[in-house]
Amino acid sequence: MTAPTVRFRDAQIEMAHGAGGKASRRLVEGLLAPLFGGPLLGPLGDAALLEVGSARVALTADSFVVRPLRFPGGSIGELAVNGTVNDLAVSGAKPIALLVTLILEAGLSAEVLEVEIRAIAAAARRAGVTVVGGDTKVVEHGKADGMYITTAGLGVVDGRVQCSPASVRPGDQILLSGPIGDHGITILLARGDLDLEADLSSDTRPVYPLIERLIDAAAPGVRWMRDPTRGGVASALNELAADARVGVVLFEEKIPVRDPVRGACELLGLEPMHIANEGQFLAVLAPEFAEAGLAAVRAVPGGEGAVIIGEVRAEPARTVLAESAYGGRRVVDMLVGDPLPRIC
Amino acid sequence: MRYVDEFRDPKLIRQAAEEIGRLAEPGRTYRIMEVCGGHTHAIYRFALQDLLPPNIELIHGPGCPVCVLPMGRVDDGLSLARDRGVILTAFGDMMRVPGRTGSPLEHKARGSDVRMVYSPLDALKVAVDNPDREVVFFAIGFETTAPSTALTLRRARQLGVRNFSVFCNHVTIVPAIRAILDSPDMRVEAFIGPGHVSTVIGCRPYEFIARDYGKPLVTSGFEPLDVLQSIVMILRQLKDGRAEVENQYARVVPWEGNRPALKAMAETFELRPYFEWRGLGFISQSALRIRDAYAEWDAERRFSMPGVRVTDPKAAQCGEVLKGALRPHQCKLFGTECTPERPVGALMVSSEGACAAYFNYALRKTAAASA
Repeated sequence: MTAPTVRFRDAQIEMAHGAGGKASRRLVEGLLAPLFGGPLLGPLGDAALLEVGSARVALTADSFVVRPLRFPGGSIGELAVNGTVNDLAVSGAKPIALLVTLILEAGLSAEVLEVEIRAIAAAARRAGVTVVGGDTKVVEHGKADGMYITTAGLGVVDGRVQCSPASVRPGDQILLSGPIGDHGITILLARGDLDLEADLSSDTRPVYPLIERLIDAAAPGVRWMRDPTRGGVASALNELAADARVGVVLFEEKIPVRDPVRGACELLGLEPMHIANEGQFLAVLAPEFAEAGLAAVRAVPGGEGAVIIGEVRAEPARTVLAESAYGGRRVVDMLVGDPLPRIC
Repeated sequence: MRYVDEFRDPKLIRQAAEEIGRLAEPGRTYRIMEVCGGHTHAIYRFALQDLLPPNIELIHGPGCPVCVLPMGRVDDGLSLARDRGVILTAFGDMMRVPGRTGSPLEHKARGSDVRMVYSPLDALKVAVDNPDREVVFFAIGFETTAPSTALTLRRARQLGVRNFSVFCNHVTIVPAIRAILDSPDMRVEAFIGPGHVSTVIGCRPYEFIARDYGKPLVTSGFEPLDVLQSIVMILRQLKDGRAEVENQYARVVPWEGNRPALKAMAETFELRPYFEWRGLGFISQSALRIRDAYAEWDAERRFSMPGVRVTDPKAAQCGEVLKGALRPHQCKLFGTECTPERPVGALMVSSEGACAAYFNYALRKTAAASA
């Protein structure tokens, strides 16, 4: 057995290493995966899939450092639950249980804490999971921006789906569950640094109800799923293109973006496909299942906005392209740097 | 979305592209420079080159403020945060621009107090909120951003804010265009003129380009239809043998410019005798400095800044790319040692830089080879 090769050469950790784009991928693939690699460390998906006795379970962990703690449409507590159960859901697992660890700052008002605990409890009920344990730590005032939350989530893998980049084929269709960028732009505006106002709220929600119907309708054709959180749709699809060694072509005019998000992105020079979502998912569907899968997702309340936004092609491999309605083609790269730190 | 969607109408875009196809004479090459980085970005973002006949070549000009800022100025600004303990504020574009000792972002990660702001007035607010700290605004940009710096200087004086100053790196576009026109390897036939700069200075300052150099210039907006229509207007001029300054962006650009903005600039700034441009070298009367009346708010005087000169990494060919002599991907470092994540040259930093736009949006060699 050869010694693991550490390829991570960055001199220091910067905000970009937590942004879900290129730097994050370099850190995970260059330092963490080589050193943690063991017989159970599989492909780098959103959750680890493990065989325990005769059961197949999905295990995931997540952490939340969002600033501000509360924002239109949600708060750190709700985000912690939804973010975790969504990682399980896009791994083809039904979320079952959560561990919730609180890192609190001395001086945090008990009222603020109670609001977040209630938010966690309500979100867990909504997502159909039980909070079965956790831990609490307190750090000095000024060290944790009020509170951080880390979670672990456990789910039971749905035996009907076998998601993996290796099963993705040219001709497969790419389903997106609804409009993108709401969460990232909401947080950006909630910080109040910009003096911009918009009628917009975070999309944080559990996506399992949508995915459950998708699996019911199209299980043999569901080949890959991902929730496009940090780094947005662009980073998630670039990972797909790289891992599956395929090309991804998006039909730009099909990608749903609400006007306030478009407006903010135009003003600030941001790409909507780089902005984080907390209540959407992407699925790659075999062409013969695309129509049934789309109809199933659209039939679920909250899934009406689902669309097919593009397709998988053999070439150009490892590249995501966006085609405009007038015939131009551009590359859509992963997020570089970190335009919006600490959004989840 | 109003003022956006109508300029991205696929049908109209196709019509404009067809008109360009009709006007461009086969067997002749058209080299058109878009001066402004905003146009470079739009051309790649909307893949407009795909719509043009192959004999129309768009050359990316010097109109990207962070791209033309010499590395020594970056180091000078960062030294204030590192050695003098000031709060250094800058636009987001600046945050990844490499200095010799790293970018503002890297300095921030090491503990320097570098903060991103969206407007110089936000920087002034930081100063008001932190009365016991020195706050410096790292001002960059052409005439597009200079008026907001000018108004901020005025405001600082009105409010009597004593802990605020501006590190002025504002440059002016016309001398850079002239430098390109006078450059011996210059082979540009016409210009897509700056849009945002022209909202401030108007169109009159470009008249010498048509009159003295016989080259058409069309001031252009930034949406796909704007750029294509400007190319149509340029091709019509070339076909008719005309050389004129025309204004495609009249919905925003007044021919005479924005007088209150020009007045604020004239009150606070004066021309420097010369200034170094990255890739283009020293250009006389091409940059602004703060007038004596505002000396108290001039960081260069307040901190007796050293004025470090730093030569660019040898292998980087930013100058050739800036002048249009090389295409971005023809630079030896492009995409290998120099990427948007780890930029060596500034053209790779800003989304308006030709190299970053090309890297981010254009089908690259590896991808194109298999396409």
